[in-house]
Amino acid sequence: MYDFDYHRPTSIEQAAALISSADDVKLLAGGMSLLPSLKMRLARYTALVDLGALKELVGVRREGAEVVIGAMTPHAVVAASAEVHSAIPALAVLAGGIADPLVRNRGTIGGSLAHADPAADYPAGVLGCGATICTNKRRIASDDYFLGMFETALQPGEIITSVRFPVPQKAGYAKLHQQASRFAVVGVFVARTAAGVRVAVTGAAPSVFRLKEAEAALAKKFDASALAGIAVSPDGLNSDIHASAEYRAHCVVVMAKRAVAAAA
Amino acid sequence: MPVVTMTVNGQRVSAEVEGRTLLVQFLREHLRLTGTHVGCDTSQCGCCTVHVNGQGMKSCTLLALACEGATITTIEGLAVDGKLHPMQEAFHEHHGLQCGYCTPGMIMSALDMVRRKGNDLDESTVREQLSGNLCRCTGYHNIVKAIQAGAAAMKRS
Repeated sequence: MYDFDYHRPTSIEQAAALISSADDVKLLAGGMSLLPSLKMRLARYTALVDLGALKELVGVRREGAEVVIGAMTPHAVVAASAEVHSAIPALAVLAGGIADPLVRNRGTIGGSLAHADPAADYPAGVLGCGATICTNKRRIASDDYFLGMFETALQPGEIITSVRFPVPQKAGYAKLHQQASRFAVVGVFVARTAAGVRVAVTGAAPSVFRLKEAEAALAKKFDASALAGIAVSPDGLNSDIHASAEYRAHCVVVMAKRAVAAAA
Repeated sequence: MPVVTMTVNGQRVSAEVEGRTLLVQFLREHLRLTGTHVGCDTSQCGCCTVHVNGQGMKSCTLLALACEGATITTIEGLAVDGKLHPMQEAFHEHHGLQCGYCTPGMIMSALDMVRRKGNDLDESTVREQLSGNLCRCTGYHNIVKAIQAGAAAMKRS
């Protein structure tokens, strides 16, 4: 790992000023993806700005019809949160299935969303619930947030502060995990909301995406049997040593059915 | 160079480190606490597991400077006055090791498991919760037994 300057700001404003001070400065959240990529020299920055001292970014709270999760909240806290368990149990399942317990003690929701790994779990939960990503500058709807592989709508100098999840009527998450890393080979988050059904797929393509055909079928009947006729095209899906595009296409439907069956 | 200060196994320590210095390097190379091992250096194997403010974490994927002011416990910090911790005793009693390389991480991870899941651990819980620690001797059978026994012994002691 190449050396870098390390900053530990004590306010969001300070952090924003630090990352705007040069082009190759990066925010550090839990570091569960950033530090490995620095160690492999896949990335190099002159300075890291650690958000670890900003305790106001940690925590889960219920605000009316929404669950609000601070950007620096570790996965383990979300997985164990009574608020999340009662409002969106599928999100607790999702957070509790990320990587391993030691990574879950450190990795954060904000870090995961800023990184936008195509096989990460949180993007499915965020897009599936139709959550809103709040930054130090604005609010971004999940439908406008994920732009591509490791690509988001975040602008330079923008810091995620929290994520607001509207509480769905029912939601479920199911994933086929990669045996070693526990990343999603295919993960599907299904939510039935007052505004309709949302189905978000992670791991299968370069970026998380919504499966509109499945949403339409589930809107008519929210039951796994409604997905019997759904076929997903392998065109544009990921193909690697873990799974071919054809296998992923098949698994998208299987995981969607399981997510619906598990929905609570 | 910046200076980092933290409490390691009850002792306040301070040292100059680089921005890129990892917690495991700080423990092993600055403090000479070599009980914490580096297996994969890619946050997969869990040999480097220590407790940061009471929670199990992989010290190969933490910056030393990010632990400013933190309380760290390593495998060297478990025994009190030469008497092994009940979890260490259980690994000894049940032969929960073969080559021993993964053992410090296994024990620190096992204690984090007890913190999260309590003292009555069934086999499937232990196996599932141990997914962040690899034993390349594949000695899981006795490791699982040791963790179950150690967790139960902690309740009694």
